[in-house]
Amino acid sequence: MTEKKAMLIDLTLCVGCNVCQGACKEENQLPPREEKYLSLTAYTALSKYNDLYIRRMCQHCDVPTCVSVCPVAALSKAEAGPVAYDGEKCIGCRYCLQACPYHVPKYEWSSTKPRIQKCKFCAPRLAKGLQPACAEACPTGATIFGGREELLLEAARRVSAEPTKYVPRIYGKDDVGGTSMLYLSPVPFEQLGFDSRLGKIPMPMLTMSALSKVPNVLSVGGVMLGGIWWITNRRSEVAAFEASEKKGETPRPEDKP
Amino acid sequence: MKIRLLPRITRWHPIASTLILAGTVAAIARFTYGLGATTNLSDEFPWGLWIGFDFLGIGLAASGFTIVAAVHLFHAKEYEPIVRPAILTAFIGYMLVVLVLILDLGRPDHFWHPLVMWNPHSVMCEISWCLMLYTSVLSLEFAPIVLERFNILWPIKWIHAISLPLMIFGVLLSTLHQSSFGSLYLIVPNRLHALWYTPLLPVLFFISCLASGISMILLESLIFSRGGRDLLPTRLRANLAKVIAVILALYFVVRVENLLARGALQELTTLTYFSLAFYAEMLIGFVIPFGLLVVERVRNSRRGLYAATLMVVVGFALNRMNTAITGLETYPAQTYFPSLIEIFIMLGITALGFSAFSFIVKHLPIFEPVAVTPRVRQEAVTARPEPVFLTRHGGDLESS
Repeated sequence: MTEKKAMLIDLTLCVGCNVCQGACKEENQLPPREEKYLSLTAYTALSKYNDLYIRRMCQHCDVPTCVSVCPVAALSKAEAGPVAYDGEKCIGCRYCLQACPYHVPKYEWSSTKPRIQKCKFCAPRLAKGLQPACAEACPTGATIFGGREELLLEAARRVSAEPTKYVPRIYGKDDVGGTSMLYLSPVPFEQLGFDSRLGKIPMPMLTMSALSKVPNVLSVGGVMLGGIWWITNRRSEVAAFEASEKKGETPRPEDKP
Repeated sequence: MKIRLLPRITRWHPIASTLILAGTVAAIARFTYGLGATTNLSDEFPWGLWIGFDFLGIGLAASGFTIVAAVHLFHAKEYEPIVRPAILTAFIGYMLVVLVLILDLGRPDHFWHPLVMWNPHSVMCEISWCLMLYTSVLSLEFAPIVLERFNILWPIKWIHAISLPLMIFGVLLSTLHQSSFGSLYLIVPNRLHALWYTPLLPVLFFISCLASGISMILLESLIFSRGGRDLLPTRLRANLAKVIAVILALYFVVRVENLLARGALQELTTLTYFSLAFYAEMLIGFVIPFGLLVVERVRNSRRGLYAATLMVVVGFALNRMNTAITGLETYPAQTYFPSLIEIFIMLGITALGFSAFSFIVKHLPIFEPVAVTPRVRQEAVTARPEPVFLTRHGGDLESS
């Protein structure tokens, strides 16, 4: 089994130099201008909250919402972590844009053959045993790459070593069922634009509670409707038979069925 | 007797032609320039008017399965005269929705992908399959009407042979995807406003489609009564109206109880963009028509029934549009209003649907008024009643 990879983003170490975005753009051959928000040409972006820089990108969830909603499985989750996208399969229903709890996928609206764009967790680099371009480029160690388990231990170690510096929470440890991007912050995450309503249960479970009833509806419903048809049909047969008897057809002897 | 007070659309042909033409031009623009240039959809608002239209079309086409189930599975044979209109409504409704869905897809050329690339975790995948299968079922249910017209009778026998499992399958598929349109939004608790988001969305979608489907068919039967003769006798219309009232009440209770249980009722204490939208759909679509339909005089009057069922349909439309659009807006920061091209495409497709409907009604025996006493009960007893559909007991097809 491939080890689950992750990145730990320590907001206290980020100085906002934007080198990560530059490296990302170079790796993905995107136009090199600096961008403040995620877009078709920025798979990662730094947004500023007071004195803090928060790096945004695809969270590469463990149980990804986008993967679960895609009707044609154009999105897929690799064992090592990356959520990959196959534009050749995509039908353009945009359910992933609607459903992603982090508003990550961006759509090529101006194209007549549109695809989505988002961070790829540098899957080709990971396959070669390299680390993602952004983690490699980060000069302060605000973004580090490694096995998910060891990064979680590292994050916990940092929080317990300096409890006054961090809020006691590793964002992404079990949010929406856990993500490949782990965050440490000096202020509560809600103040940084992280959605506090998402909870710890993977979003796809919300859908599965309804979808899992489909086989039941089909089997129980089928039998029930068939049964109702049989009973009501029998009833109208009997009613018709009785009506015809009343009309004065030759009455049958009692003993005959 | 002519009913003067019911609105009649005159000069329909030029209006429809203009709308269809405008819609066609808009559709060409959409394919030439892409979604970004022609719609107001965006990364923040990836689904808009067209998805709302899909919900609406499918919901109003619910008559297809409710009436078929009532007449052929539950043997309420006296409602037989509305089976054909119901199937035609459903058939056209589904065709329109499929058309809109294809226009809405970013890659219409990949529309067939869900057939070969499955994802059992996706509601969208389930809906694609249900839509495709149910449209096939509807085609088979509709085919005999067309085949009869051209006197090609041998396939009808085959369709009759499989009619019972076919109808049951159709009802099950409808149950599934009518509710699944609600399930689409189960995964966005963080986006959909609390007045519309609930784990019960699929249940609510299913209940409301029953009311809107039956209302739609009652409306049609009132509009298309031919030569002064009614499609259904007053008593049966009143019975259907009673059924609608019960469904409306059930919906209201489930919806409000759920709001209460989730603590979302407080959203209604102040008048906001969202609470107004909620009040509009609940009052127009549920509360007022319920109030009307519990009155016997209204149920027995054509005008009263017309007004009540029209309100159910309008309120239903509001409910679906609110779920698909209003509830996802974060007013005033992020709002959505469809572009002219989106609107023209929707109007064009609607006009296409109405035109197809009136064309088919003109040329095929869809609306056949019956005498007040149903003739069904007098069937011969020697032959076992077959699970037939689309043939009239009493032979009014031949006599017409």
